[in-house]
Amino acid sequence: MANINSTRYTILFATTVCVICAALVATAAVSLKPAQVANARLYMEKNVLVAAGLAEHGQAMTVPEVQAVFDRAIQARLVDLATGELVPADKADARRYDQRAARNDPATSRAAPTNAAGIRRVPNLGTVYFIMKDGQVEQVVVPVEGPGMWGAIYGFLSLAPDTNTVRGLTYYEHKETPGLGAEISTPSWLDLWRGRKGYDDKGEVAIKVIKGPAGKPEVDPHHIDGLSGATVTGNAVTRLMQFWLSQDGYGKFLQRYREGATS
Amino acid sequence: MSTASAARSGGWRLDTHERAALFDPLLVNNPIGVQVLGICSALAVTTRLDKALVLSIGVVLVTVLANLAVSLIRERVPTSIRIIVMLAIIASLVIVFDQVLKATMYELSLELSVFVGLIITNCIVMGRAEGFAMNNPPRLSMLDGLGNGLGYAVVLILVAFARELLGAGKVFGLTVLPLVKDGGWYMPNGLMLLAPSALFIIAGLIWALRTWKPQLQEKD
Repeated sequence: MANINSTRYTILFATTVCVICAALVATAAVSLKPAQVANARLYMEKNVLVAAGLAEHGQAMTVPEVQAVFDRAIQARLVDLATGELVPADKADARRYDQRAARNDPATSRAAPTNAAGIRRVPNLGTVYFIMKDGQVEQVVVPVEGPGMWGAIYGFLSLAPDTNTVRGLTYYEHKETPGLGAEISTPSWLDLWRGRKGYDDKGEVAIKVIKGPAGKPEVDPHHIDGLSGATVTGNAVTRLMQFWLSQDGYGKFLQRYREGATS
Repeated sequence: MSTASAARSGGWRLDTHERAALFDPLLVNNPIGVQVLGICSALAVTTRLDKALVLSIGVVLVTVLANLAVSLIRERVPTSIRIIVMLAIIASLVIVFDQVLKATMYELSLELSVFVGLIITNCIVMGRAEGFAMNNPPRLSMLDGLGNGLGYAVVLILVAFARELLGAGKVFGLTVLPLVKDGGWYMPNGLMLLAPSALFIIAGLIWALRTWKPQLQEKD
């Protein structure tokens, strides 16, 4: 064998190791991709149920179980965010709609107007989940997303039929600091949102994470206790929630729905 | 180290060296308890047994396979780049494990988040590759990796057991001590769910180990 400490051998060896390791990693990543995508989808849909109170935080569910709840109690629809009108159910399958992919595709999205949340693009169509009970809409669940401290935050917001009172909330995907900002996904903090109002009496978006404790929902309907050591995350949450409740997000749809103009 | 005796042995019978490589790290040379390596992840993932168990499995697999791979190429690695070669091998193994986790246990993988990736920087893996596998044949190196991985796992699981039981009244997510807030009698110790508690438990384990085996104590 050649001198194992010669430059030529060293470079050759390093290259070989890199190629083998790269092949190993690439094979694993590519072959496991379909299962990971399916898992991510299941996890996302499960969190619609969590926001609506139909499943527990951290509850394990299989695809058929989630499907059964969707069949029984949920109507997924698409909404034209610019007008707030529902897309007829026979024109598009909301369950197969990938909102994140749509938001990234220039053909199915538009640039967001300048906003405090730092959201750059908005999809033309947004998903809405109607939670049904005895033939009546009991809750309206919409996705929310926006940049957090270290990465994007994704969640679902469940509103009562008045499209103002919060029924439930999840942040199911984020990269916030463990132990600080990551507390936004703990059930005890998310429960603080229940019963709060998204809009004030004039119809302006008012919901906000404040510094320090907020009052009970009945007396302090627009504020949520801030998380210590997580000011940036709290502000990010405030801004992204306000964005999606505003006219640039789901605001037009929620307003139409509230006024009963939705077909 | 006797390379010859290891080469002669085979099958399931372990000779003295092999037994030492496998069993010593479980207790008398425990990577956490005696070598005090890998503390960081031991603090972070031990709030629940399932998290600790999955991370332990990851570390065991990575130490075994990394030791095997490093041992196989130990006579061919140019000395000047041996550390980075080991790191490339370890990192690749960890990424593959992370991918498998995402494909099979998605929600747990989200909770473990960065800590799976941080196996790459776990000193135990690198320490055994450089300190043992570089100088020993594959079979012995694998056993050493298995022993050290399991030694880490034992401590992690002990700590997680104590923290989950005392902090949440549960074992593997099943309620053992019914909590006061759920109508039971057990008032959970909230400190157990915070990182410092793991330090106290690990320190207690190290103390117990050194009291039981006085030869581990350093002379002043």
